[in-house]
Amino acid sequence: MSKQDKKSKEPKPKATERIDTSSDGARHLNEALLDVQKLSFSYDMGKTDTLKKISLEIPKQKVTAFIGPSGCGKSTLLRCFNRMNDTIPTARITHGNVKIMGADIYGPKVDPIRLRKQVGMVFQKSNPFPKSIYENVAFGLRIAGERKKSVLDEAVEKSLKGAALWDEVKDRLGESALGLSGGQQQRLCIARTIAVEPEVILMDEPCSALDPIATAVVEELITKLREDFTVVIVTHNMQQATRVSDHTAFFYLGELIEYDTTQQLFTNPSIKQTEDYISGRFG
Amino acid sequence: MSQIFDKQSKGIDSEQLVTWLLRIATYLIILAFVLIIGRIIVRGAPVLAKEGISFITQSPDILYCFYDQDGKYHRLGSQEYRDFKTANPDGLKLYELSANYSGGGIFGPLMGTLILIGICIVFAMTIGIAASVFLSEYSKRGPLIRMIRLAIINLAGVPSVVFGLFGFAFFCYFIPVITKTTPVERSIFFTQLPDWMASLLGAEQLYLSCQGWGSSILAAGCTLACMVLPIIITACEESLRAVPQGFRDASLSLGATQWQTIGKSVLPYALPGMLTASVLGLLRVSGETAPIMYTGAFAQCQLPWEGLREENWFWRITEFFQRGCEALPYHIYSVSAKIPQTEIVRPMQDGSVLVFMLIMLALATTSVVLRIRIRKKLKW
Repeated sequence: MSKQDKKSKEPKPKATERIDTSSDGARHLNEALLDVQKLSFSYDMGKTDTLKKISLEIPKQKVTAFIGPSGCGKSTLLRCFNRMNDTIPTARITHGNVKIMGADIYGPKVDPIRLRKQVGMVFQKSNPFPKSIYENVAFGLRIAGERKKSVLDEAVEKSLKGAALWDEVKDRLGESALGLSGGQQQRLCIARTIAVEPEVILMDEPCSALDPIATAVVEELITKLREDFTVVIVTHNMQQATRVSDHTAFFYLGELIEYDTTQQLFTNPSIKQTEDYISGRFG
Repeated sequence: MSQIFDKQSKGIDSEQLVTWLLRIATYLIILAFVLIIGRIIVRGAPVLAKEGISFITQSPDILYCFYDQDGKYHRLGSQEYRDFKTANPDGLKLYELSANYSGGGIFGPLMGTLILIGICIVFAMTIGIAASVFLSEYSKRGPLIRMIRLAIINLAGVPSVVFGLFGFAFFCYFIPVITKTTPVERSIFFTQLPDWMASLLGAEQLYLSCQGWGSSILAAGCTLACMVLPIIITACEESLRAVPQGFRDASLSLGATQWQTIGKSVLPYALPGMLTASVLGLLRVSGETAPIMYTGAFAQCQLPWEGLREENWFWRITEFFQRGCEALPYHIYSVSAKIPQTEIVRPMQDGSVLVFMLIMLALATTSVVLRIRIRKKLKW
């Protein structure tokens, strides 16, 4: 383990340098909403780093895709953005920080609850509550203390429309969400997330359990979401990254290898490892 | 014809022998079941048929059995016996037998058991659910939590008689209690009451005294609660773990606090499983005799709420909880081991056991059916 550590530590500065230069173009197009600075993260109290000094900036109202082989840390990084890793007792940020809208989200005074209202998350496996469709979408508002039926009704309709689900479910809002198809359930989860009007939506392989048709619908939805939200999506599917994202980051073994506009990264990668991965030679 | 695949040995081979041994072991279980349940039913059913509903609605009574001078057989309760004697002062009674608690019915013990179960549920469920939520949702892995889990496992293995003695020492003789009478020793605190409270409670002073609750239903119920606690905590934790992690993640990611997450997205889905599993545990301990015989159950004909002496409502309630009562398992123990055994005691023994078994069976079935029905409604 320690040997590997030493090895993997070496190329770190190089990778960071390159990102700074290659993401330059992206940086000026739009203001950076999410700023990750030399972030290291460990699942085991700091013994081994799962993420190794990641630095990247995620622009506002764009779709940013994280790609990379399994276990490369892309989901871990995503879960750092809304502090979902807090639920794991031995997980630690060992170095660096994450700033969202200029605020250090790991600062001592940060309330993770308030953070998560701004940084929503859609999970790999659709996880609607075993409640009605209406109650699923209204959940976030209800726990925030909203009681007025008119406000809830409006928010539910708006969110379901925003998640391109309204027409399919408007006549059966009172029915159980578990009666929906897999794709509909995932869109319901997206509706539930946008109902609390977050700034950022994190998506952890949202289509991996869906068939191609449902995937196409969700992908179309994701490209539409960028009008109102900043989307960060983790995906195993490189075609998906090219279809939905504006920027793409490639991770390998806990390091950020390359970060660029999606077009640039897929047509003209500047690093050999990236080229190998996207052309299917490894991973 | 070639015989290369034929059996080599003649007669019974070892394979068949093993199959038969295993089969016999399995059939022995059925035999045990039939012997126990069948015997109870065969012997208890005629008693219930003969006594009818009065077996459940009457309290235990002294039973007198005798032949009068005309050769007529009498089975009388204590009141009837007195009436008979006043009606026939010179009546000659032949072959007279009497037995305590063997007449009447089992209404008192039945109510006592239900009250004990009630007290046990209140204490065991509150503490059990709270502890399981903490262990499963809040606690982090560490030496303390490991020790707590070890304690829970060990607590489940403690013999029931040890729980009884613990309850006797702790609940009956040590635990602090509020009294109005001046306790001689062990009084740790007392307060002069303001006038309005004094008139409300009918007492000038209140004492907090480490004198225990005495042999009482409260002590017995709490002892049973201690006994069922490990079962309930384990069952509740399992139910909590069965709730998909996705519900917690989704709830947290929508900005819910951990308590909101537990209250709205975890507990509602775990509760049916928690309740049914706990009921099954409660049934097991409510059939225990050892823990309650030291702490609150004693043979008596009175109903738990009969003969309360206190006038004031507050002290009446405390008196009720600080009195012992008869419970069904202890009643069965009394009539089968504590009183002289004669043939007139047997109907009471058989009937009590059958009723007890039927009640347990009914409650267990209800809880299982309930769980299946709720599971169907709450699927994910």
